[in-house]
Amino acid sequence: MMLPDGPILVESIPGKIWSKSARDPAFHESPPVLSSHRSTIRGGRSISLPSSMAVATEAQFHVLAVDDSLPDRKLIERLLKTSSFQGTTRFSLLLAALLSQLLWGLASDGRFGSVCAVTAVDSGSKALEFLGLHDHEESPISDQLDVAVNLIITDYCMPGMTGYDLLKKIKESSYLRDIPVVIMSSDNIPSRINRCLEEGADEFLLKPVRLSDMSKLKPHILKSRCKEHYEQEQHLQSNSSCISRDSHKRKAADDEILPSTIRPRHC
Amino acid sequence: MAAAALREQLNALLSSMFSQGLVDEQFQQLQMLQDEGGTPGFVAEVVTLFSDDAERIIAEIATLLEQPIVNFDKVDAFVHQLKGSSASVGAQKVKFTCMQFRQFCQEKSRDGCLMALAVVRNDFYDLRNKFQTMLQLEQQIQAYDPKQQ
Repeated sequence: MMLPDGPILVESIPGKIWSKSARDPAFHESPPVLSSHRSTIRGGRSISLPSSMAVATEAQFHVLAVDDSLPDRKLIERLLKTSSFQGTTRFSLLLAALLSQLLWGLASDGRFGSVCAVTAVDSGSKALEFLGLHDHEESPISDQLDVAVNLIITDYCMPGMTGYDLLKKIKESSYLRDIPVVIMSSDNIPSRINRCLEEGADEFLLKPVRLSDMSKLKPHILKSRCKEHYEQEQHLQSNSSCISRDSHKRKAADDEILPSTIRPRHC
Repeated sequence: MAAAALREQLNALLSSMFSQGLVDEQFQQLQMLQDEGGTPGFVAEVVTLFSDDAERIIAEIATLLEQPIVNFDKVDAFVHQLKGSSASVGAQKVKFTCMQFRQFCQEKSRDGCLMALAVVRNDFYDLRNKFQTMLQLEQQIQAYDPKQQ
């Protein structure tokens, strides 16, 4: 989409579209929490257009939370949304700068403003459904890859599919394995923790989870987000002849409407 | 002013809940999240969800313990659930009672479990009553000053 005074960042999830114009940095609400019904969210696409305006754009993160306990789902959702991931480390600032100054702007006071969208489901199988992966399939059908998820945080002890089982399924999938996975457990069992980390979990949090734990998630989310944007950049550069590799020229190309067939993201 | 008196009552209630070990610092986390996130109904929501959850679990455990042959693994699984959610909301006393309950499950003692269930029920009802009073006081205070969270 294009506005006369500049392009906009549009994030769409079916049923809920919110947009941010270059003039109005306020985001609308995050998508609703799905508690115990089948997710019909598909086709979330992120069309990121370079901004010519020097406004503080807000990065959008999407976290998938998995927990069979409703109070716990409420808590993790609020923790994620309250944590503004303030105080970026030098590394992540550098990383952001290296990728592109246009990928997201930093507020003038140096704070990394962010909005965390949370989808919460009550089981591992619903999580896989949301991610477009079904139990009997190794890889999803291509048009079900359109969900952008930057982090999966799951409880360990769940009936049916445990958090560990879910982790395994995710890591076995070539489409999903790059999504960072965090396991939560109320039991402090070293062998369990090791097993999860060995299987590819990026972090293990002991419950009850608190606000200070959210800072442990930040590097994983940022890395995932950077990778997402980097891949998108690569795709845009290879697909569009109008956009040059030079960032200055890219700014001048703001008037171009990017092709709508952006490669669906699978992160 | 009536609002000040109510506020004093609320503070005294919260104070006693902490000092008696009914709630712990995790409950303070909830309050902090409510304040920092600008989400006024958050504590009420979580506390209510916890109460409903706990009520359901206690009923399930009671049913299991009435069976001629008790499935202690199932009972333990429910107690584990209750322990988890009480820890998440900061319901410290209920959490500790659950930990003791699990011992009886592991010992496969029906009498022990029945006793532990009675204690858990008692502790939970006590906490729930106090939560309800807390929420009522907050609503009354809000009525006087809607801007106050």
